[in-house]
Amino acid sequence: MSLTKTERAIITSIWDKMSVQADAIGTETLERLFSSYLQTKTYFPHFNLHPGSPQLHAHGSKVVAALGDAVKNIDNMQVALTKLSDLHAYVLHVDPVNFKFLSHCLLVTLATHFPADFTADVHAAWDKFMSIVSSILTKKYR
Amino acid sequence: VHLTGEEKAAVTGLWAKVNVEEIGGEALGRLLVVYPWTQRFFDSFEDLSSASAIMGNPNVKVHGAKVLPSLSEGLNHLDNLMGTFAKLSELHCDKLHVDPENFRLLGNMIVIALAHHHGAEFTPPVQAAFQKVVAGVANALAHKYH
Repeated sequence: MSLTKTERAIITSIWDKMSVQADAIGTETLERLFSSYLQTKTYFPHFNLHPGSPQLHAHGSKVVAALGDAVKNIDNMQVALTKLSDLHAYVLHVDPVNFKFLSHCLLVTLATHFPADFTADVHAAWDKFMSIVSSILTKKYR
Repeated sequence: VHLTGEEKAAVTGLWAKVNVEEIGGEALGRLLVVYPWTQRFFDSFEDLSSASAIMGNPNVKVHGAKVLPSLSEGLNHLDNLMGTFAKLSELHCDKLHVDPENFRLLGNMIVIALAHHHGAEFTPPVQAAFQKVVAGVANALAHKYH
C-alpha cells in the first residue's frame, strides 16, 4: 500500500492547517483514545490521564510532532520513522490493534476541528496515511 | 450494552439533534470511499467511481437513510440489543452474507459523521458513549450468525 500523488498533496495540505493547532489536536486525540478505549490506558500507568493533565498534553504534542515528521518526509517515511519503529518494537510493545484506535481518534478529532476540509477523500487519504504509519511502527515486531 | 446514566443522557441528547437520514447517507458514503472493498455489496448502485460520485450517489443516500433508523431503534432498547437486532442479524447472515467486520467499520463511520456534523459538541465523553452503542449494535448484528 502506498500513497498516490493526490493523496500526498491532500495529506500535506491538511497538515499545514493542523500544525497551527498541533498540540491541541494531539491532546484531544489522546483524550478521545483513553475515553473510548479504556484498555489503552494500560500502557500509561505512570501518567495522570485526566483531561488537563500536563503529561497528557506533553504526550499528545509528541505524537502529533512525530506525525508531522512523517508528513514532511512523506516520500520516505520508513527512514523518518525508523527510530520510532525500533522504540515500539523493542521497548514499548504496544499491541498492533491499538494503532487502529489511535488512528480513528485522530480522524474524529480532525472531523470536529476541520468540518469544511474533512471531506470523504481527505478522510480516506488520512486513514491510509495512518495505516501506513502504523504498519511502519509495527514492522519490526517479529 | 451498559451505559451509565450520564452516557445515556449524552447519547439521547445529541441524537435528538441528529438528521438521521443525512448522517446515514454520509456514513455509508464514507464507508464506500475509505474502504473501497465494501463496495462489493453494492453492485446495483452504479456510479461509485470517485469520492464525489459516491457521496452524491442517490442510491447511497437512500440506503444510508434506511440503515440509521435501525440505530435509533437500538437506542430505545439499549438493554436488549440482541433481541432488537435478531431478525436483522439473520438477514445479514443468511441473505446478505455480510462479514460482521463491516458493522464495526460502519459504526466508526457513523461516529465520524457525527463528529463531522456536531464539532465541539461531540466531546470525548460523548464519543465514548457512542462507541459503546455502535460496538453493541455491531455485536448484536453478528449474534445470530452461524
